[in-house]
Amino acid sequence: MKTVIIDYGAGNIQSIQFAFARLGIDAVLSSDSNEIVAADRVIFPGVGEASSAMSKLKDSGLDALIPTLKQPVLGICLGMQLMCNYSEEGDTQGLGIFDVDVKRFTSAVKVPQMGWNALTQLKSSFFSHTTDNAYVYLVHSYYAPLCDQTVAQTTYEVAYSAALQKDNFTGVQFHPEKSGEVGAQLLTNFLNQS
Amino acid sequence: MDVKDGRTVKGVNFVNLRDAGDPVELAAAYALNGADELVFLDISASEEKRKTLADMVYRVAEQINIPFTVGGGIASVEDVDILLKNGADKVSINSSAVKNPGLINELAAKFGSQCIVVAIDAKQIDGQWKVHLVGGKVPTDIDLFDWAKEVAQRGAGEILFTSMDHDGTKNGFANNALATISTSVNIPVIASGGAGKIPHFVDTFVSGKADAALAASIFHFKEIEINALKKALHSQQIPIRL
Repeated sequence: MKTVIIDYGAGNIQSIQFAFARLGIDAVLSSDSNEIVAADRVIFPGVGEASSAMSKLKDSGLDALIPTLKQPVLGICLGMQLMCNYSEEGDTQGLGIFDVDVKRFTSAVKVPQMGWNALTQLKSSFFSHTTDNAYVYLVHSYYAPLCDQTVAQTTYEVAYSAALQKDNFTGVQFHPEKSGEVGAQLLTNFLNQS
Repeated sequence: MDVKDGRTVKGVNFVNLRDAGDPVELAAAYALNGADELVFLDISASEEKRKTLADMVYRVAEQINIPFTVGGGIASVEDVDILLKNGADKVSINSSAVKNPGLINELAAKFGSQCIVVAIDAKQIDGQWKVHLVGGKVPTDIDLFDWAKEVAQRGAGEILFTSMDHDGTKNGFANNALATISTSVNIPVIASGGAGKIPHFVDTFVSGKADAALAASIFHFKEIEINALKKALHSQQIPIRL
């Protein structure tokens, strides 16, 4: 199975590559449209600030490509946020795959949320062999509120989307590559998606 | 874990390890035992330090599926860049931040606050909490609470506070000082120094208002099993991954 990690210069992707390697999958980095389109699985990572990540995506033309992909696509952290309509961070227009606007946590809580938190209301085969209250690792200051496409929730200040899903697109706010056995199971489920 | 030239240095009492001096194998054992996060502190001073540490970070990231922080002698953007590129999730800076506070701003702007931990070692002098350098050996005139607020304002993503008065005593964490820091900044604070038994961890989350707790030797010497500790915290309604 050919798995491609979209390489657009936004953040540390070494850990994602290692996580797939532990599952026996050689995930390759690519910014080449043809290679991305031809892949069986596509990972859309992201760490950093939304507007600068979005402009890097636009520079490479990948902003137009990603919404047209037909194979299973997994957005992680900022990748998931960029798949939404809009983000308050840097007043950024997103790819519009998920119909929700990303907001910032208020100063009522410590920001960023940094650490492990529990998943609830799991609604997708992406969460096969995973139970309510499974813990995952999160590091973020902005979040996607609950919406029709929410397939898992977690709570920090408010209940929000830990995962979003539409057709072949899945987005997760947490880092499966750093979420222990739970995360490894979810990456396996993603590889097994039909 | 303290590491020197790519090897763990403190005596570690793990039975089933082939090589307890191998940070990768030790990290794997802790991840399996339920540790939520690992911190590596590099204490080597050799010329080869950077490369050896980067190699270790790469090997840890390759095999460990939980987050980890690397600290010790980090003093520049280049130092941080090489560690993050090799797979570290966060870096921790200490003395270099005191000597050059602008480094915190610079690192936060370049890499994001989420991967910049500022470690603060402090002890009380005549009843006043003062920041200390070089593993607590060199006193400064800097007030702990002022410094904690300053590092948060400058863009640190997390504070790792070690009380030198409590470290090694096994009598509990410095909960009064911790609570003061934790309520005066809007970033997570990790408690370090003084863990001896399970109730100490409960106290530091409840009265110390700590967001996380760190310990070394009690885990290395199996005085407390991480799984048992986490079950005990859970039974006290402290939210924790089991």
